[in-house]
Amino acid sequence: MRDEFVRALIGLHQRRRDLVFMTGDVGYLAIEGLQATFGDRFINAGVAEQNMVSLAAGLAREGHLPWLYSIAPFVVLRPYEQIRTDVCLHRLPVKLVGNGGGYGYGIMGATHHALEDIGAMRVLPNMRVYVPLTAADVEQAVASMAADPLANYLRLNGVMPIPGEVPPFAPWRRLKPGRSTVVIGAGPVLGNIYELADPDLLDELELWCVGTFPIEDLPAELKASVRTKRVVTIEEHYGAGGLGEALGCSLLSQGLSPPSFTGLHAAGYPSGRYGSQRWHQEENGLAGPGLRSRLQKVVRG
Amino acid sequence: MALAARAFSVKKRFLAMYKRANAGHVGSALSCAELLVLLKYAWMRDQDTFILSKGHAVAALYSLLVEANELDAGQLDTFYGEGTLLPALPPVNGIKQIPFATGSLGHGLSLCAGMAVGAALAGRPRDFFCLTSDGELDAGSIWEAALFVSHRKLANLVWLIDRNRIQGMGGTEDVLALEPLADKLASFGFQVLEADGHDFGALLAARDACRRLQAKRPAPVAIIANTIKGHGIRYMQDTVASHYLPMDDAQYRQALDDLASAYATAAVTGRDAR
Repeated sequence: MRDEFVRALIGLHQRRRDLVFMTGDVGYLAIEGLQATFGDRFINAGVAEQNMVSLAAGLAREGHLPWLYSIAPFVVLRPYEQIRTDVCLHRLPVKLVGNGGGYGYGIMGATHHALEDIGAMRVLPNMRVYVPLTAADVEQAVASMAADPLANYLRLNGVMPIPGEVPPFAPWRRLKPGRSTVVIGAGPVLGNIYELADPDLLDELELWCVGTFPIEDLPAELKASVRTKRVVTIEEHYGAGGLGEALGCSLLSQGLSPPSFTGLHAAGYPSGRYGSQRWHQEENGLAGPGLRSRLQKVVRG
Repeated sequence: MALAARAFSVKKRFLAMYKRANAGHVGSALSCAELLVLLKYAWMRDQDTFILSKGHAVAALYSLLVEANELDAGQLDTFYGEGTLLPALPPVNGIKQIPFATGSLGHGLSLCAGMAVGAALAGRPRDFFCLTSDGELDAGSIWEAALFVSHRKLANLVWLIDRNRIQGMGGTEDVLALEPLADKLASFGFQVLEADGHDFGALLAARDACRRLQAKRPAPVAIIANTIKGHGIRYMQDTVASHYLPMDDAQYRQALDDLASAYATAAVTGRDAR
């Protein structure tokens, strides 16, 4: 998604001249095109994310549209109070972009993972979170963010293939119909379901993708489904503050009570061992045999 | 009106606010009153921007804006009150002359730098002034900002430091030592000036020296204003307590008397710089 993001922002810069791109000194062999295109509107703020966020608030106050890029935990957690106070409270349109949501940085280890970024961002006032599913989503998400008067966080990740035609990026998308169980996910981790090589199981699953937080009202079609079908959420994120909690609250407040509600989310580092993004997903039951057995248990009891 | 007279008027306004509200931070406001008056009446132009990073002294800034007819005087009476637009620390998006709700320490210099870069990118270079406390120099974000301001050679940004040597729980040198502060700032690339932060003659000289430095070399200037917390009020000055404690009736009367005496003396001795 990173390359798509860079291309999208270069395209946006050619259409409007108020963008400023800032990096916390990351993006080697990835963002050089931005540097060349943006000229004096490209700022490497150094490994100083607190300053970078407050600088961006000042830039936004002067009428610019700053985009801040770093590895997800460093653009979300390190400068959290600056995001809350200088950006969100002041309703300034600062755009935060975190690469490697979830276990995206794999073997780099826990310091570089972001399993609480969506939760941390979605509790902030005047903040909307964008979670693309596919590479094609990124350009659409960037365009939506550019038009969004609020502060935003864009969670980038590696992509998983999604079979069939994927609808354009939106707060809610149905990816496929299914018989007995609604699976609602955020981000490319949803793609792991298609890999399970269990056609009967897949036929049971109606798949939906959430693209933005706060969660928007459920489409009528989905509301109808959750009245009668079991609901499962899947996210590469801790349970606390994540999609499952947000959706559960949303369902309750709308008087929707599915027959069962199961949250599949990251536990963290249960074995204390490290590996690739895929390895961590499997260890947490978000991919491979662990995911298959968790879904089978919901569907078949 | 002379600068000292302005400062005297501003101080009377915020002392009344603190007394009415039965609130603290009196010493913090007294520490920087002359600096605010200097900026407003002898340095900044209309298009320039000021960030009070030490937001806990905002009563002095509210009073200054009233003094300059940029804020309704009646609003000062609502300070600390339920439903007020003037909270104890700066409000969010409420007052045009206060671009950011500061008070969480260590943000102001970065915000100011961002605005300075933004103005330059837009082809509207203006002057920017940021007043920090000295206690807030403990914050790492201040030094991130200092690196950036220096690296980008933001020569249209002036960083004023209210060096009263007292922070939340004691002296700055006892809590987390800052000295040698001037050397630290110089090593970060700032052109450093020092001045008596309560003496308008010294402050005007520092302003002139700052302008000369800015014209000579494209590097930012930091001014260490040596100040006294609770300045001008005998029972209060140079105490940690002046950060926190409100004034009882007798203390308020003494505060007004002390300020009036100091002002009268300054006027007689010709220190009432214009």
